[in-house]
Amino acid sequence: MGFMAVIGFAVARLRNLFAVVMLTGLFSLTAAVLYVILDAVDVAFTEAAVGAGISTVLMLGTLALTSSEERVEKSGGSKWALVLVVVTGCVLVYGTLDMPPFGDPTAAIHHHVAPYYLEKSGQEIGLPNVVTSVLASYRGYDTLGEVFVIFTAAIGVLLIIGRPQFGRRRSHRMLVGELHESMRTNVILRVGSKLLIPVILLFALYVQWHGDFGPGGGFQAGVIFASGFILYALIFDIDTARTMIPARTTRLFLVFGVLLYTGVGVAGLFLGGNFLDYSVLAANPVSGQHLGILLVEFGVGLTVAAAMISIFFTFAHQEH
Amino acid sequence: MAAAFSSHLPALQVVLALLAAPLCVVLRRPGAAWMIATVITWALLAIAMVLLGRVLETGTITYALGSWPAPWGIEYRIDLANAFVLVLVTLIGSVVMPYARASIPAEIEEPRIYLFYCMYLLNLAGLLGIAITGDVFNLFVFLEISSLSSYVMISLSRDRRALVAAYRYLIMGTIGATFYIIGVGMMYQVTGTLNMVDLATLIPNLTDNRTVMVALAFLCVGLSLKLALFPLHLWLPNAYAYAPSAVSAFLASTGTKVAVYALARILFTVFGGSVLIDDFGLQELLVVLAVAAMIGGSAVAIYQSNVKRLLAYSSIAQIGYMILGLSMASVIGMTAGLVHLFNHALMKGGLFMVMGCVFFRLSSVQVEDMEGLAKRMPLTMAAFVAGGFGLIGMPLTAGFISKWHLIQAALEKGWWGAVAVILVSSLLAVIYIWRVVEAAYFKPPPKGAAEISEAPLSMLVPMWVMIGMSYYFGIDATLTLDITTGAAETLLGGIQ
Repeated sequence: MGFMAVIGFAVARLRNLFAVVMLTGLFSLTAAVLYVILDAVDVAFTEAAVGAGISTVLMLGTLALTSSEERVEKSGGSKWALVLVVVTGCVLVYGTLDMPPFGDPTAAIHHHVAPYYLEKSGQEIGLPNVVTSVLASYRGYDTLGEVFVIFTAAIGVLLIIGRPQFGRRRSHRMLVGELHESMRTNVILRVGSKLLIPVILLFALYVQWHGDFGPGGGFQAGVIFASGFILYALIFDIDTARTMIPARTTRLFLVFGVLLYTGVGVAGLFLGGNFLDYSVLAANPVSGQHLGILLVEFGVGLTVAAAMISIFFTFAHQEH
Repeated sequence: MAAAFSSHLPALQVVLALLAAPLCVVLRRPGAAWMIATVITWALLAIAMVLLGRVLETGTITYALGSWPAPWGIEYRIDLANAFVLVLVTLIGSVVMPYARASIPAEIEEPRIYLFYCMYLLNLAGLLGIAITGDVFNLFVFLEISSLSSYVMISLSRDRRALVAAYRYLIMGTIGATFYIIGVGMMYQVTGTLNMVDLATLIPNLTDNRTVMVALAFLCVGLSLKLALFPLHLWLPNAYAYAPSAVSAFLASTGTKVAVYALARILFTVFGGSVLIDDFGLQELLVVLAVAAMIGGSAVAIYQSNVKRLLAYSSIAQIGYMILGLSMASVIGMTAGLVHLFNHALMKGGLFMVMGCVFFRLSSVQVEDMEGLAKRMPLTMAAFVAGGFGLIGMPLTAGFISKWHLIQAALEKGWWGAVAVILVSSLLAVIYIWRVVEAAYFKPPPKGAAEISEAPLSMLVPMWVMIGMSYYFGIDATLTLDITTGAAETLLGGIQ
């Protein structure tokens, strides 16, 4: 926690945005460690993959398009902003005063909804990983919403900066330029990544299909899969990577993923259940739940991976 | 089959829009995307009407998503208050869509139009999802969908300033959403549940818990950012001023309104409304901010030369009216706030559509460019005058109905100051509307002004439908008042 606070200060003080991006990555990694300590491995996994992994890469991409030095503007507002932030912080701390102590077995969260999940999900859904049961089934509708948030973000990026005909053809070659040149000629990077990328992709598949049993699932898998591709594009050639997955394909997967998830929900409607009721998908409710969760997680993975890849390429391809 | 689906209408209310959005991406044709968006919006309006009818007949409808009973699963819970918001949102969408067909290609580059309709559908789904849900976390998820898509829609205008405006909105909106989720997290920590009904039974016993108090503060600030309550309104004027006209019309009449609903839901259903009256001066705070918004928003509107900005500042003032109504925590006050929410949506939607027509021909919405416009675009400017009367609150307009009830509610409470503020704010509205009317009707057109004709019929008709509705509900307000009174009683009466 102390470490996170130090990083937070450093991020606010530093003017070199490159360092700031690296530090935010570090911040996420520390947060992930914290989540592991709190026994929330699924959350930690997501934080590490999204916070420390993909968002760092995307922010680097943004820096490549703009500049890595912050312009400091003197403005009178900053003093008030500081007061506001301090007040908000104090209020937050004040709010913690009546929180149940850490690890308190009598806390309300352990007695209201959670015990049901822990006791019943075994019979009702039959997955060892209760987190997956909650995310994909009990609260599956929230997860559907989250996938649509990612879908919205990806389409939004495509809409705003992915303007094929109208882009200002400024040279944004830092990412695929200087940085790229040094990377392309670096033997260690090339060989290392060649060894790593297959493992990354394989690991993504494992996380995808093993999410029912251990930590993981569509979100993490999608992000890991995407980072494998992005690594390839960074080190080798962005155009080769793009020909491997053309824009049309990513867009197709983007759409297919959300439609698959929603489609499973609608299938529940047709088979006589409520929306997103997986129990009716198979003769036996438990295997129906299994099938439903497997399918929706696959949908999540597809959309997340396609969204990350398409956002990255939209940034990197500004000038093509 | 139809009978089987009728029990699933609550889910379809949102899911249809969610399904249609990716379809627009696949089709890649602006015409087809517009067609889907329009048909779906009309279908959603029909669903919302059916749901409203059903709620009026049989009371609250619940729908368990994934068939998991609440609080373990997520439930949709439709009572009068949100059935009414669902109808409002889909109604505005249904009128704006035919208008968008001509308006959008004039303001957004052609290759991006099909994705724009995808964004519009996502935004619609987000707003409906916020309104319909009975789960505070689910509300957050759909808040995110609607927020992200509105940032994108605002930034699409050809005016480069729209990008900065959208970015500013993004920062403010993200802070708002984060505050909201911090509040939700704290509530979850002390109660262990996210379901609104469940929270409503647990939270009122915990009001002296400091975590709950802080949660309330964060929820209020977060949602107030979203609904642009003074002084958290800074994102709104530019966002509405530079967005494409159809987007301004749609968002101005739905986005902030749904946030007002969400705030009312949290304050009255989840916290039982008692927090307003008893403790820590929340009621006084809301009243002061509402009054400041009413005077400040109207006063600043007078000095605007960009008419869309003028309308945006007027919106801030009008939001003040709604919050004033809510903060009274009485049936008549709440009714006034809710009925104004509906009436203002019609009036402001209509007025932004007028500005869209002006922009379509003039490529500008500056007051000085509109001089002598009434001769050249008589139907458009007549609609502006008609809508302006509504904002001022002249009798026969919907604006009169809401102000009348608001004044009655204030008198009931003995808040004479509030009555005075309502009157002053209305006088200020006369001034800012008059400035535009004076330019359009009483000034000669500038020399060398291009010959322009009236806007196309496909834009004029929806515009007049919107303005016409605001007069219809001004002349015969029994329907809206009945529903909003019922909604106010539901919100104040806690969970049935």
